[in-house]
Amino acid sequence: MKQISSLNAALNEAGDISRFTGRFLSHWFKPRYEVAEFFRQCFIIGYKSLPLVGLTGFIMGLVLTMQLRPSMVDYGVESQLPAIVSIALIREIGPVITALIFAGKIGSSIGAELGSMRVTEQIDAMEVSGTNPFKYLVVTRVFAATCMLPVLVMLSDAIALYGCYLGVNIRGDTSFNLFWTQVFDNLAFYDVLPAFVKTFFFGFAVGIIGCYKGYNSRKGTEGVGRSANSAVVVSSIIIFVLDLLAVQITDLLGFY
Amino acid sequence: MATAESILFKEHTENQGAPVMSICHLYKSFEDNHVLTDFNLELFKGENMVVLGKSGSGKSVLIKCIIGLLRADEGTIKVFGENIPDLNDEELDKIRTKIGFLFQSNALYDSMTVRQNLEFPLRRHWIKVSQQEVDAMVTNALNDVGLIHTIDMMPEELSGGMRKRIALARTLILKPEIILYDEPTTGLDPVTGREIIRLMVEIKKKYNTSSLIISHDMNCVRMASDRIVVLLDGICYANGNYEELTNNQDPKVKQFFE
Ligand SMILES: Nc1ncnc2c1ncn2[C@@H]1O[C@H](COP(=O)(O)OP(=O)(O)OP(=O)(O)O)[C@@H](O)[C@H]1O
Ligand SMILES: [Mg+2]
Repeated sequence: MKQISSLNAALNEAGDISRFTGRFLSHWFKPRYEVAEFFRQCFIIGYKSLPLVGLTGFIMGLVLTMQLRPSMVDYGVESQLPAIVSIALIREIGPVITALIFAGKIGSSIGAELGSMRVTEQIDAMEVSGTNPFKYLVVTRVFAATCMLPVLVMLSDAIALYGCYLGVNIRGDTSFNLFWTQVFDNLAFYDVLPAFVKTFFFGFAVGIIGCYKGYNSRKGTEGVGRSANSAVVVSSIIIFVLDLLAVQITDLLGFY
Repeated sequence: MATAESILFKEHTENQGAPVMSICHLYKSFEDNHVLTDFNLELFKGENMVVLGKSGSGKSVLIKCIIGLLRADEGTIKVFGENIPDLNDEELDKIRTKIGFLFQSNALYDSMTVRQNLEFPLRRHWIKVSQQEVDAMVTNALNDVGLIHTIDMMPEELSGGMRKRIALARTLILKPEIILYDEPTTGLDPVTGREIIRLMVEIKKKYNTSSLIISHDMNCVRMASDRIVVLLDGICYANGNYEELTNNQDPKVKQFFE
């Protein structure tokens, strides 16, 4: 019985999220456009996540290289280390880890911010002040998250590759030029394109879930905490599901 | 005992002209919680009306229906001759420039300074104003509430009473003709509460506004009200001025005046 009711709740939630997304899709193109607020959000969401994303990217590249080296040495293909690490980073690890970090930082802050605005009636106050709060708060944040995550992923990938370069050079001696030649010789357009495209969807998911949770927050401080928390949990799960879908789709389209 | 209906439709000889706001047969429920059932009310120009009711009786729901934040299930809410439930978003925005709303929780934007808080409704309502005019209006509104020195502070730096006054200034900035106050004195000490009440009375005199004040603070009721309605069980249970209601023998009315 308990399982059924929690399944029921999950399905209800999925329905509500789809409706919220539908509302977003039917709202964003209608004027008035909140351009100034969009750029302000891009700054907050993008710029302020840079240090975190940069640091994790660097460590990711470095650690992955160091972990892979022993096996590569065993198989006698140590020279392929830059190639294998860069493919793993750019196709999968870079986008997914960055998106998860992004969900943790941005998803929770959007959830908490909109949640506290909801419970202190600031959203209602906007509505009576001639502002459509859905456009002003939700549409701008979702777009900003959708646009900023791909940029962050690219930066993170670049920094991770640099970390990889350092990792290769701990026990070896590969010149900077040789390293990049090895990386780019092995990366095909079809490695980069699907990975790039899916980050837009990840960003969109983080934005829409954060906004959904915050916008529909329950009264009380506990409600705000719960919104922030479940925004992270749900968007992380959705990132993995989208990743699974993405790999199936690229497979079907023959991008490998 | 006179029925609520007959009390409500008693002649208001002291008020001339059509009411600026009239609510007829308003119904609002949340699932099976019937909050408002056939609520009626009329508000005239230059009148301070207090809505008295217990916590949870639906007072906030009532004024949220008036401003269009909640959609009434049934009934009409005529403000300046327009029926709020029939309006589309644009028309609603237009009419909202003439209605001020003071939220129970103040609802100051806590990511903005006091100045930005006050500018927000001015800039967002598609009103063509120059920067000088905006500055003048902001200064003016802050002077009305006596808090000009806080103009560059953030809301979290202010005390509860100051926040209430800033919220009041933000409500006044568009020079509304009707002001809806949701429990303006709740959560304040009696002295600060009286200051807010005095401000409300001053504002009414200065701008000749009509106000609907929601309260269960008897000080507020005595000092600010021209007329009182008692909201009980979703209807307008009793109606009259302060003397009339203090002399009312109905126990359900009496409990408020003890
Ligand atoms: N958005 C909502 N969804 C469901 N029920 C609601 C909602 N808003 C109010 N209610 C219910 O309506 C009733 C009246 O609430 P309301 O906030 O109007 O009370 P109130 O008279 O303003 O009380 P207080 O003096 O405590 O502010 C309550 O029973 C509340 O549970
Ligand atoms: Mg209330």
